[in-house]
Amino acid sequence: MTKLTREDVLKLARLARLELTDEEVEHFQTEISAILQYVEQLQNVDLNGLEPTYQVTGLKNATRSDEEKDYGTTPADLLKNAPATEDGHIKVKRMLA
Amino acid sequence: MSQWPLITDIAVKVQSGELKAVDLVEQALATIDAKKEFEAIIATVSERARERAAEIDERVARGEAIGRLAGVPFIAKDNFLTFGSQTTAASNILKGFEAPYQATAIEKLEAEGAIVVAKANLDAFAHGSSTENSDYMTTKNPHDMTRVPGGSSGGSAAAVVLDMAPFALGTDTGGSIRLPAAFTGSVGLKPTYGLVSRSGVVAMASSTDVVGPITRNVDDAAIVLDVMSGRDELDSTMIDRNELGYANLEGDLAGKKIGVIKEYMGEGLDPEVKAQIESAIDKLKVAGVEVKEVSLPSLPLALACYYIICPAEVSSNLSRYDGQRYGFSHPEAGTLEESYNKSRSAGFGNEAKRRIMIGTYVLSSGYYDAYYRKAQLLRTKLTKEFEAAFSDVDLLLGPTAPVTAFEIGANVDDPLQMYLTDIMTVAVNLVGVPAISIPAGTVNGLPVGLQLIAPMKKDRELLNAAKTTERIIE
Repeated sequence: MTKLTREDVLKLARLARLELTDEEVEHFQTEISAILQYVEQLQNVDLNGLEPTYQVTGLKNATRSDEEKDYGTTPADLLKNAPATEDGHIKVKRMLA
Repeated sequence: MSQWPLITDIAVKVQSGELKAVDLVEQALATIDAKKEFEAIIATVSERARERAAEIDERVARGEAIGRLAGVPFIAKDNFLTFGSQTTAASNILKGFEAPYQATAIEKLEAEGAIVVAKANLDAFAHGSSTENSDYMTTKNPHDMTRVPGGSSGGSAAAVVLDMAPFALGTDTGGSIRLPAAFTGSVGLKPTYGLVSRSGVVAMASSTDVVGPITRNVDDAAIVLDVMSGRDELDSTMIDRNELGYANLEGDLAGKKIGVIKEYMGEGLDPEVKAQIESAIDKLKVAGVEVKEVSLPSLPLALACYYIICPAEVSSNLSRYDGQRYGFSHPEAGTLEESYNKSRSAGFGNEAKRRIMIGTYVLSSGYYDAYYRKAQLLRTKLTKEFEAAFSDVDLLLGPTAPVTAFEIGANVDDPLQMYLTDIMTVAVNLVGVPAISIPAGTVNGLPVGLQLIAPMKKDRELLNAAKTTERIIE
């Protein structure tokens, strides 16, 4: 029975780029543990001899021709939702503190 | 009684000039405004809808052929990219997002003359079974304002039942079209995986996400699917359409055998919901349909399987919301890393954070084999059980949900209890087969949904069976 510790939750949050309040850590510790305990019922099922199903269509290597097409979308359309831009580029914060 | 004729009749009358598209759009917008208190709608697309309607009427006057959905107003769940309003997926992190292009499903409907009039509420990013996870508001059930409409396409289903438009679009990743259809007394169609393009739809769990209609009757669902389905080079996971298409259904069950799913009729099913489903089964038998019980023994494990695969894919799909290219960006971040952390923490709601962390856990090194791989193996077992069942019967039948619409707030403090609402819908998504929920009576004034399931790519057969069943159990 998986019971997440406070440190487990903080580690998951760090991996997922989330900052949690103390209250959130406490909540998620209980809730995520309960959900993991529920899904653990799969661990006692005999699944020998089966191959995993990652997708259901059976399609392999769907390709299309490598041609430029005009969908009527301009660079300005794509940039208008960016929080900050400069000279037609998306501007981000500095990488290092 | 609905104020809207059948979808195909609306289109014929707009083409003949008997009905004006501009009047239909005003009628839809007026109904949306009159029924605001149900909070089904996030935003209207009124200016663009009025312009498109006027253009359609002018083209009709010039004698041009408009298309099979000429002048038909519709409502899209707010996780479809559309012009003329924001697209938010009911999330704070996408508040203010203006789509640079439209979803292929929207483009295909517009090409046949349909007109988007509004965007419907949902659980943020489609994570939920009640619309209570919307970052903006909770939609009320049209039959009882103290109850939820189901989710995640709850705004779309409520809008159709409130008669705001003849049809609405939803998405179904684990039951998000069928469950709200059941809770509101509408028809909800989840097509075979890959039949409708998902280009321009906000991704949730990519291996199970599908697009489908919510309507008042099966014929309307069929024409909408017929228009939306078919290959799109912007979605590389698609299958081919049936050569006959999906419209003009015969509505015939002659010679078909229906299997009632044993595992959905037992423990956990509300006895009054069960009585409604049994009454529908009796009517089918009286009408001469062959009905027998079938067992798919792994079905009780499908929800556990789904709540590994779905959060895993969610954690991956939501990594793109990082506050840099679009969406909410926290103003008080010094570095890029801080900007990611603060933007995501402030922008995502509780359920998105919960699913991201569960997904991160089950995909982590050391846990992958125990969770994610086990789930993908169980998925194969489920697929084999569906195949075995369909070697004996043409269609499967059961309830869509174990209960009727629950009260607002009843499950919000217990996410696991909320997840259990999907117990009868998720298996279909894991396997990819098509399914539909149609109304089957009421319990204390609240609608019950009957679910029909067909083999892969048998969407036309499913719609035919649903049309007949709809008539028989009415």
